Amino acid sequence: MVERVFREAYGQAVATLVRVFGDITLAEDAVQDAFVIAGDRWVRDGVPPNPAGWIITTARNRAIDVLRRSKRGDELQEQLARSADTLPDEDALDYGPMTDDRLRLIFTCCHPALRSEHQVALTLRLLGGLSVEEVARSFLVSEAAMAKRLVRAKYKIKAANIPYRVPAEADLPERLRSVLSVIYLIYNTGVDDPERAPLRREALRLARSVVEMMPDEPEAAGLLALMLLNESRVPARTSGGDLVLLRDQNRSKWDGEMIDEGHKIVRACIRRDRPGPYQLQAAIQAVHCDADSFEATDWPQIVTLYDHLFSFSPTPVVALNRAVAVGEVDGPEAALGMIDAIGPELDEYHLLHAARATMLRATGERAAARTAFERAVGLATSESDRRFLNRQIDELS
Amino acid sequence: MSQYLLSTYAVEGGVPGGPSSPEDMQAFMQRVITLEAEMDETDTFVFGGALHGSDAATVVDHADGAVVMTDGPFAESKEHIAGFYIINADDLDAALAWADKVAAATNHAIEVRPFRATGRVADHMPGA
Repeated sequence: MVERVFREAYGQAVATLVRVFGDITLAEDAVQDAFVIAGDRWVRDGVPPNPAGWIITTARNRAIDVLRRSKRGDELQEQLARSADTLPDEDALDYGPMTDDRLRLIFTCCHPALRSEHQVALTLRLLGGLSVEEVARSFLVSEAAMAKRLVRAKYKIKAANIPYRVPAEADLPERLRSVLSVIYLIYNTGVDDPERAPLRREALRLARSVVEMMPDEPEAAGLLALMLLNESRVPARTSGGDLVLLRDQNRSKWDGEMIDEGHKIVRACIRRDRPGPYQLQAAIQAVHCDADSFEATDWPQIVTLYDHLFSFSPTPVVALNRAVAVGEVDGPEAALGMIDAIGPELDEYHLLHAARATMLRATGERAAARTAFERAVGLATSESDRRFLNRQIDELS
Repeated sequence: MSQYLLSTYAVEGGVPGGPSSPEDMQAFMQRVITLEAEMDETDTFVFGGALHGSDAATVVDHADGAVVMTDGPFAESKEHIAGFYIINADDLDAALAWADKVAAATNHAIEVRPFRATGRVADHMPGA
């Protein structure tokens, strides 16, 4: 029970205490203490009717104790006066998943003045309630290095006076982009690694709360749909630990509920007609999820969507994905020309060489395909990718 | 209210992106004058200035009761601070917005750095 409340209430409690006391470390420590107290007391006396409210009130009292012991009298009076002003009664703490405090906190954690790896670490630690050890493991760094990273990030927030608020209308698009990219980075860090699957769940949970808190931001909805549609295919993406391509996936294993929800969001985005990169990527995934088989996929529609996406994000990776879709419509020769044009820019990207190899194989150039797959293996970063690519090489021998 | 140092740097004596012709210079000065007027109106401007090059710098140290002088700046570096503003701002977002205006007016990147303390040390002593 404490565990379940922890997941749901941790970020909320930290966010509320940061607002009240204006100090992240004080808030974190007090909330952790409150959960320790809960661990003893709830076992003995039973779970209180409003567990999250109980945690927040207990943490607030802990924080006041800490301040009383460490601060001079006048500063304490000032802090307490502020907290009495702003902290609602326990009864009024009607805990819901989306509150302004959590929104403020995520914008602070993802402030563009913080470097990306600090944004991600802070978001997971403060809003997701992951332990330092868990965050460290997710990003393959030592616990000591992660602890240092978090200390530095919190130091900058305090020293530079990074504000704790939802940005003004004029800054919102850019600031929201930063929040969404942190969430998507968290999701992608959890892809293809069963050990890191909790990161994907956390990213979905964060995206859901951003959508609930900012229902008028279509890109937030687009990101949620994109992750849902990707997530729906996870059960079919691997077989015995090996990667299975979209072409070969058993589509009956896809999660229908997630697809329905993703499709619903994409349709709402289309009606709203304020497209952006996440919505377009979601729309592309929606077309894939709509098809009963690889052959039945509406490839011309996918090429059109990639054209649109490229106008927002003219990156070589988008161009590569578009080229692969063109290959399905106009044949592998057409795709090869496009892939070769992007080649110099993405020479170190294993998926470029894998795509090139696939197209060469389709045109019957087996030796050239083999060479390209070998190049891809050398650049691939994950074990499952390397295994997959080596299988292609074996089959071409 | 916080205070921030907005600084710009020179590379080996020259400011990259600085004005290159008299007309450029004229337009540059006009942009900066307008910006500083805006800073004054909003009580943002505390102090500012342009520095001579690091060739004009001297480091003074006091060791074993004697003054030790060294020609040149603190650090051997290609880049040295060339000019700065000290501003009042409510928070980092406000400071960053001013830095963006300075960067646009001067066509040069600006480092934003918060002050840990300002004024006289005595002002920060207990009972001050």
